[in-house]
Amino acid sequence: MKQLECENLTLGYGSQVVLTGLSFEVNEGDYLCIVGENGSGKTTLMKTVLGLTKPLDGSIRYGEGLSARDIGWLPQQTDVQRDFPASVQEIVISGTLGRGGFRPFYSKADKALAESAMARMNITGLKKRCYRELSGGQQQRVLLARALCATRKILLLDEPVAGLDPKVTADMYELIDSLNKDDGVTVIMISHDVDKALQYASHILHIGSELFFGTRDEYRIYEADKAKGGDGR
Amino acid sequence: MSELFTTLGSYLERPFVVNALIVGVLIALCSSLLGVTLVLKRYSFIGDGLSHVAFGAMAVAAVVGLTNDMPLVLGITVVCAVLLLRVGKNAKIKGDAAIAMISVGALAIGYLLMNIFGTGSSNLSGDVCSTLFGSTSILTLSTFDVWMCVILSVIVVLFFVLFYNKIFSVTFDESFAQATGQRAGLYNLLIAIVIAVIIVVAMQLVGSLLISALVIFPALSAMRVFKSFKGVTVCAAIVSVVCALIGLLTSILAGTPVGSTIVAVDIVVFIIFSVIGKLTGGKA
Ligand SMILES: Nc1ncnc2c1ncn2[C@@H]1O[C@H](COP(=O)(O)OP(=O)(O)OP(=O)(O)O)[C@@H](O)[C@H]1O
Ligand SMILES: [Mg+2]
Repeated sequence: MKQLECENLTLGYGSQVVLTGLSFEVNEGDYLCIVGENGSGKTTLMKTVLGLTKPLDGSIRYGEGLSARDIGWLPQQTDVQRDFPASVQEIVISGTLGRGGFRPFYSKADKALAESAMARMNITGLKKRCYRELSGGQQQRVLLARALCATRKILLLDEPVAGLDPKVTADMYELIDSLNKDDGVTVIMISHDVDKALQYASHILHIGSELFFGTRDEYRIYEADKAKGGDGR
Repeated sequence: MSELFTTLGSYLERPFVVNALIVGVLIALCSSLLGVTLVLKRYSFIGDGLSHVAFGAMAVAAVVGLTNDMPLVLGITVVCAVLLLRVGKNAKIKGDAAIAMISVGALAIGYLLMNIFGTGSSNLSGDVCSTLFGSTSILTLSTFDVWMCVILSVIVVLFFVLFYNKIFSVTFDESFAQATGQRAGLYNLLIAIVIAVIIVVAMQLVGSLLISALVIFPALSAMRVFKSFKGVTVCAAIVSVVCALIGLLTSILAGTPVGSTIVAVDIVVFIIFSVIGKLTGGKA
């Protein structure tokens, strides 16, 4: 089932165009990896898909019964202040708030959802800990658990492994992979690690001066062709 | 010692003392609740800024010749608060600079207007002073003042309880809240309006100096010791109310200025909490 379809998108801020002519689609259960140089517009693309910035041109269509709010998001940078007092549990459960309606308090279902998301991310033991005192990898898990509370349909992950050590990075990739394969969550991930992207992803979107969208195998062929046709690299 | 309590008892029989206690405690409670959000959003000085805006608005009202300047003052201040808090996040001029700009600008314009048109009060410095330290001293409140304060406090506390989870969410990570379909813009607007109203009303009663202190100190004290949002919020409210009570009673007994005494108590508590925070390394 088609969950997301972007056609001929032009991305940018105000009059400043970042990227044009971008088309791709995402189906249920896909694992799409977005690669490209720094500043090529990957984060901008995510923000546009989430409805945080408007596309300058082109269209974004969500699948049936789906809207921007069914998308969980792990931001590249959070605006979280260094000294913000917040426990892991408080942060994770705040992911459930987007479910609409005026509900002043968390329901039993919300709490259960938060518990299961924390269990899924192996952070149940950190529940009462202060967010700002956690390591980078632990913080990423907390934010991922929060995203899981928002939805189990599509996750947008903006460089989820940036700044993590190799061991934790590998764990994180496994975790994301199992969310995709075992829980059937559609994953759209930005990564700079093309090898890992080719290992896990089903589709690749390369943005930059050259645009590419296709399956992982098509991307391998495209890369090989480029290497042959290029300046002998 | 018993003498002290007798004196205290005799004071507590006087309605103006009781009024002062009620209003002081309620304003302390409300400003500390909103203070946690303001401090975390880096708007600690908004109380000061908005009070200057209110002064400027009063000057305009005086020039135009309004007898009842409250609606105008409230309106202008609410608009400024909304502009600061909502637009602030994406604005080209950030939090502290924006507040400083509006605050200094409003003060200057207000002073200029009053000077040029020479209206109303010949006692200009007196007016400036009263916006800083409260137009009516907290010890000369009318029954109307007290009731207004009670009603307002009930509204603020209700708002805070009903929107507590949302306030946490938009304060912690506004983009995420917005991206997952929470109405972040609406909540920010509501928070801004409530803050503006409480600051304008409280400013008339106890002065802007005390408001700024009540917004900042309890929140900062609580953040030394507690590390969860709920812990900090509850602790800030308790600290604020207790400090206000101690400060009020001390000032009544010792005859010291009310606002300054409360602020002094807040400072002492902040120091104590900082030490506790250092010693325990902070608990959840
Ligand atoms: N809020 C903004 N206003 C104006 N321009 C912006 C804004 N945010 C980003 N840009 C510009 O848009 C371009 C793309 O930025 P974006 O953050 O999408 O890059 P990215 O591909 O995510 O890079 P990275 O790999 O470093 O995360 C950059 O040239 C950047 O300067
Ligand atoms: Mg980026």
